[in-house]
Amino acid sequence: MVMQEPSPEGRFGEFGGRFVPETLVPACQALEAAFRTAWADDAYRKRLDGLLNDYAGRPSPLTECGRLSEELGLRLLLKREDLNHTGSHKINNVLGQALLAERMGKTRLVAETGAGQHGVATATAAALLGLECVVYMGEVDIERQALNVFKMRLLGADVRAAASGSRTLKDAINEAMRDWVATVETSHYCLGSVMGPHPYPWMVREFHRVIGEEARSQCLQLLGGDPDTVVACVGGGSNAAGIFSGFADTDTALVGVEPAGGAAVGRGVPGVVHGSKSYLMQDEFGQVQEAESISAGLDYPGVGPEHSHLAAIGRARYEAVTDDEVIQAFQLLARTEGIIPALEPAHALAWISRARAELSGQTVLLNLSGRGDKDVPQMMEILS
Amino acid sequence: MTGPFEGHLRARRDAGRKLLIPYITGGLGENWTEAVEAAVAAGADAVEIGIPFSDPVMDGPTIQEASDRALTAGATPVSVLDEVRQLQVEIPLAVMTYYNLAFKAGLHRFASSLHDAGVSAAILPDMPLEECEPWAEAAGEAGVEMVLLAAPTAPDERLVRICERAQGFVYGVGLLGVTGERAALAASASEIAVRLKQVTDMPVLVGVGVSTPEQAVEVCRHADGVIVGSAIVRQLLDGHGPDGVGDLVRRFREALDG
Repeated sequence: MVMQEPSPEGRFGEFGGRFVPETLVPACQALEAAFRTAWADDAYRKRLDGLLNDYAGRPSPLTECGRLSEELGLRLLLKREDLNHTGSHKINNVLGQALLAERMGKTRLVAETGAGQHGVATATAAALLGLECVVYMGEVDIERQALNVFKMRLLGADVRAAASGSRTLKDAINEAMRDWVATVETSHYCLGSVMGPHPYPWMVREFHRVIGEEARSQCLQLLGGDPDTVVACVGGGSNAAGIFSGFADTDTALVGVEPAGGAAVGRGVPGVVHGSKSYLMQDEFGQVQEAESISAGLDYPGVGPEHSHLAAIGRARYEAVTDDEVIQAFQLLARTEGIIPALEPAHALAWISRARAELSGQTVLLNLSGRGDKDVPQMMEILS
Repeated sequence: MTGPFEGHLRARRDAGRKLLIPYITGGLGENWTEAVEAAVAAGADAVEIGIPFSDPVMDGPTIQEASDRALTAGATPVSVLDEVRQLQVEIPLAVMTYYNLAFKAGLHRFASSLHDAGVSAAILPDMPLEECEPWAEAAGEAGVEMVLLAAPTAPDERLVRICERAQGFVYGVGLLGVTGERAALAASASEIAVRLKQVTDMPVLVGVGVSTPEQAVEVCRHADGVIVGSAIVRQLLDGHGPDGVGDLVRRFREALDG
């Protein structure tokens, strides 16, 4: 069965595992146990569903594109995660983890963030539940995502700059893990993607499964069946894992779109960093390379282990698009549908636009994982 | 079966000596191997050589900076081990690095390359007990002893299982946190030493947050020895060179022998 529970060791095929310092192993084990219990507990599920609906605004709509469908020669549907509270899919996972943290008696959330969407979502959940919140963010990202930095601080979070290495998402994760090693007794590491040590890749995917389940039933209602192809952007891969999980057992084609400068799956070399074995951009000696992307949220040299597995078994395929294609797609959706996407899901649209001949006549579902407000200042500069 | 690294530490411990293992980042400056020799001359019982990694999550600012400098200067696992091979020292050497460098090279190939360079033990701090099987097999075949870390967060039954699998020595993590100098010794340093000594007779050394000779003496009331990393590396980062390393190791040695 694809996209079900990993092995007891947290493996998806050959990928995954729990490669963390000894200090963190008991915390990972406790988190796994807490998640299993909570996930099977009606009271927890009811509380989470309540927050997802009444606080975050779920279910998110399915929007059929008229003008853009015509232009591309296919039937394009958008899963509107951009309409969630805090502006992206990230809130699904964060509400789940924050409730778990509270259940485990932790008083402090530690998070990493790239574009700032996960950081804002974590700061939001912390404010909602009265938890302390520390967010690590690369210095480079702090500069290019000033709006989200301000939001996090407004929400009461302590935003700390990761000044080592490439000063982007990978370094923010290093700093968050170092913090967690030192504060594990009181802190929960609220990891923002389907990566890291077991149980995170599995748990975060389960928290985002709601995207795929909603989309499948919305498609059934609209189309009377499943779409031909589901497309989502992939950095760590959380929004893709969420929407893929709703269609893994169907004949629907699954396509993950990576930035050309951060195509971990595209290069297909396995490695071990940040807690799990997965495809990883690295040099001949195993030093992790720095990703380069216009989108801070996808600026990561690795990918969640389940995506490596889906690629290895051929259940999903992974494509890469360039920054230039993304800039075109960003404008295309704004102009034809009146929706300004985040740069991350603009990657998914960029691939659909490029592959329009191959996809001709198909029904294509795109996971619009976030809205573009945060990217507007950066795009103003690029486009003027 | 006890390997030569562990045998060496056991023999010295059983003779009544407190053990001292300084850590030096491989490839840090042109004369880092002289710093290793200086540490040996000043009374180190073994030396731990770091092979720098791009994302050292178990390390604090000092060793991060040392790793960055070494990598920027072009250090690779191959270049570091080439220099290690030329060292003429009478004590055993251990390597500390992160799992991906071994994984990328191929676990068996990496283990053999350590052995060929004269390294007899290895520490991979992001490889916990549950993930150690493949490395244990590769290292075992190459004759490299697998040191395991034991953290304050581990329950007693886990400490027992760690000590059963560890070779060379068991590395007690002195505090909740990453490597780096601390003004005061954490209570957890002595606690982990006591807990480990209760479950094993293999050498118990404590590292992470042991920064001064006085702190080393305090830990060694319970532990068999200490690993000193950031304080030593700081000597090199601050430009005190091999002499600075030798002087500091000598101060630790004298305090422990006191």
